[in-house]
Amino acid sequence: MASTKVHNQKAWWLVLPVVLLVAFNAVIPLMAVVNYSVQETFGNNEFFFEGVRWFKDVMQSARFRESLLRQLLFTAIVLAIQLPLGVAIALAMPRKGIGVSICLVLMAMPLLIPYNVVGAMWNIFALPDIGLMGWGLNRLGLDFNYTRQPVSAWVTLVAMDVWHWTSLVVLLTYAGLSAIPDAFYQAARIDGASKWAIFRFIQLPKLKHVLLIAVLLRFMDSFMIYTEAVVLTGGGPGNATTVLSIDLVKIALGQFDLGPGAAMSLIYFLIILLLSWLFYTVMTRGDEN
Amino acid sequence: MAAIHLKQLRHSYRAQPRDDVAADWALRGLDLQWRDGGAYALLGPSGCGKTTLLNLISGLLQPTHGRVLFGERDVTALEPGERNIAQVFQFPVVYDTMSVFDNLAFPLRNRGVAAADVERRVHEIAAMLDLEDRLTHRASGLTADGKQKISLGRGLVRSDVAAILFDEPLTVIDPHLKWRLRSKLKELHQRVGLTMVYVTHDQTEALTFAEQVVVMIDGQVVQAGTPVELFERPRHTFVGHFIGSPGMNVLPCAVDAAGVARLDGHAVPVASRSPAAARDKKTELGVRPEFVRFADGGLPVRVERVSDVGRFRIVDARLGEHLVKALIAEGQKVPSDGGHLAFDAARTQLYADGWIVD
Repeated sequence: MASTKVHNQKAWWLVLPVVLLVAFNAVIPLMAVVNYSVQETFGNNEFFFEGVRWFKDVMQSARFRESLLRQLLFTAIVLAIQLPLGVAIALAMPRKGIGVSICLVLMAMPLLIPYNVVGAMWNIFALPDIGLMGWGLNRLGLDFNYTRQPVSAWVTLVAMDVWHWTSLVVLLTYAGLSAIPDAFYQAARIDGASKWAIFRFIQLPKLKHVLLIAVLLRFMDSFMIYTEAVVLTGGGPGNATTVLSIDLVKIALGQFDLGPGAAMSLIYFLIILLLSWLFYTVMTRGDEN
Repeated sequence: MAAIHLKQLRHSYRAQPRDDVAADWALRGLDLQWRDGGAYALLGPSGCGKTTLLNLISGLLQPTHGRVLFGERDVTALEPGERNIAQVFQFPVVYDTMSVFDNLAFPLRNRGVAAADVERRVHEIAAMLDLEDRLTHRASGLTADGKQKISLGRGLVRSDVAAILFDEPLTVIDPHLKWRLRSKLKELHQRVGLTMVYVTHDQTEALTFAEQVVVMIDGQVVQAGTPVELFERPRHTFVGHFIGSPGMNVLPCAVDAAGVARLDGHAVPVASRSPAAARDKKTELGVRPEFVRFADGGLPVRVERVSDVGRFRIVDARLGEHLVKALIAEGQKVPSDGGHLAFDAARTQLYADGWIVD
């Protein structure tokens, strides 16, 4: 059969803007990082090829492993709190009436506050002498001081992230719940289903896809947390809250070790990509029909 | 036992409905009595309150006024799960993550039925619905008619269920599968002897399914009767319009002092015995196209259009300012231009303000 397709090479010009945008926005910066990651420099714009040396160094350094472990722990804790909590709040929110708008506005509020402001707010809020939270905890007899004790610092960091981001899970879940037709609840009432059974067999399955999005967004964001953590603890006390991004900035900009910094960036990027793919694959397993 | 008795049922979706404002009420008061094991249809246009009525019976809604009785038992205050009814919805409801077997077993397991009994009942019902070979499949993978069978099966599987309510269950089913599911329903009705109530806006579904059809409009019952009664003697012009294809001719007419109905000046004999009583109301003649024929004398008309629909022809005939439809069987003559129409007097009704004059 003869092809009737019209070949018009001029159409490529229409694709050009997007190609340029992606190139300058993503590909070229990433290539620059790749470029730095395989070279050594002593200033004066002189570079020497080093191969995979920086990658080996980073992978073998105890410092990187510790930052990575802190990062994984932080992400695991906030995901374990924010997802169930977000779903629970969404389930408890009113479905109609004036309460809906009030709840939605209240929920959206933390999401609208700039990251460094969130850090500053919690920095002050948790101060043991004048901050409401820090002062209150000490009044309750707890020894709370986030600038001196690692546990206090972690509690504050996690509390801040929960306050800042649980709303995202709530809003996504609430939208997902609103999309479930009434007939499902009505059928469940007639079938004599308990509240738990309704959650387990209707709501949770129907929420699967919004929860997948929530997990991916929260995973990626929490794994890259920087601004709020720097403003709140600056990675301290000691290195107690030095997560990957903070460590990376210390190496690349603080010590100006461009090679190791670039190698670490790429490893960081690959870990996020790998874990996101893992979450996605596990959660969409058995979706083919 | 599930004879269903509805006593002075009224329902409003408003918090404070005003008694005298009709628009506040989704159901404006109805009394109905249905026998155990009967097949009933609720027929009416969208928004007429038929789904509201169904939800009141199943207990998904609590009536603002009135009572619902199953047999002798007052169930008005009971939860849907506590009533011995099941309901099938417009859009098939299946529990996606469960297998077909687990779907059918769900209502029994929720009620703490022993595993062996669950097993036996589910297989029994699956055989009845031709689902046996798919029991282990994921329910979400089934087609719409398969899913609708599961919804129905979850009702049938409970041995305590005495009535099944259907809310336009064939809406999302492919046309070629509709008749199969419909005949399955009829077969099941005869086999299991449950009371069945079927909501629809499709007259064919209602008339083929039910022994009694309840026609509703604006939250009120306008007529409850057998399909034949609805066809031959509609109590309201709406029923005449709504049932039949094409619907009944409804022609504005006058009633003179002697009690004779006059259409465009011509006297028309009617079945009503006391037409004079309707004189000062808005009067109309109702006659189905099936009961209109061409004759040598009668109402002089001009034929405007003839549509051939196979076994018969639909003739649009002009009588003064009225348009009269007539159904003319194959082989009978239709005059090409002018002619005379005769109405079957026994089936020509007089209506006053929309309601039949006896």
